Amino acid sequence: MKTAVIQFPGSNCDGDALHAAQLLLDQGAQFVWHTEAGLPQGTDLVFLPGGFSYGDHLRSGAIAARSPIMQAVKAHAERGGYVLGVCNGFQVLTESGLLPGALSRNRDLHFLCRPVHLRVENTGTAFTSAYTKGQVIEVPIAHGEGNYYADPETVARLEGEGQVVFRYVDNPNGSLNDIAGIVSERGNVLGMMPHPERAVEALLGSEDGRGLFDSLKGALVSR
Amino acid sequence: MSTFKAKVFVTLKPSILDPQGRTVERALSHLDHGNVGGVRVGKYIELTLSGSRAEVEAQLKDITESVLSNPVMEDARWEISEQQGEERVGA
Repeated sequence: MKTAVIQFPGSNCDGDALHAAQLLLDQGAQFVWHTEAGLPQGTDLVFLPGGFSYGDHLRSGAIAARSPIMQAVKAHAERGGYVLGVCNGFQVLTESGLLPGALSRNRDLHFLCRPVHLRVENTGTAFTSAYTKGQVIEVPIAHGEGNYYADPETVARLEGEGQVVFRYVDNPNGSLNDIAGIVSERGNVLGMMPHPERAVEALLGSEDGRGLFDSLKGALVSR
Repeated sequence: MSTFKAKVFVTLKPSILDPQGRTVERALSHLDHGNVGGVRVGKYIELTLSGSRAEVEAQLKDITESVLSNPVMEDARWEISEQQGEERVGA
């Protein structure tokens, strides 16, 4: 699986993202600078990594969402290509309109950096098929603005369509309905605040994030 | 062609929890200003634009709604005034 890890000024989990993709999704993972107009030929997965693009100025992810490469990322998503946004990447996805809702300041204003438990709510997606429904996994979070918000109609639609794929067991940031990760209507775009790419080796404290990459690999093979 | 100065005010929607505002409100209460409520913390953005008034107003509305604020969680309003010649600043 060929992965493009997009780098914005201020991305700081780009190395983790590339490492996880190289480790679990085979060769072909590479960085792509945000000023590029297009994605590398044959890109299967676009990985929008965590970090603090543009120093979180204006709003988290707002300026990155309007950078040149995002036109190509949108076109990739419209073609049904896979897009994974983690932490700041999730903020970029909501700011660019690829996923609904918004991420606002954590309920208690603290930057939170610790492992949390997530419940896998939907295993019928390309990102979660290697998990079992209701499985609880341990994955770290590291964010100050991860409080998921959307208007009540949007939240009802997400819940009704099974688009909430990960939910916090102990909601750390005030997110509506304990939402930790959602997929797009077509299921090919996933945004989540926790970092699965930081939980892919026992050395890192948890291997529970591997399931997400194993799912993607399986999805591509069966395509 | 004229030059206009715009002020854009962005605040979280009333339905969105504003933890920053609540923290300030609590601090004021501890400082014996218990009669102060409804504190909301927002952003203030200044811009200068040049063009005709109609063009600039349309552009400002677009910038405000598409970049400077996120309509999912924020409300925004703006004020605009024409700059009269060179601005003189005294010391």
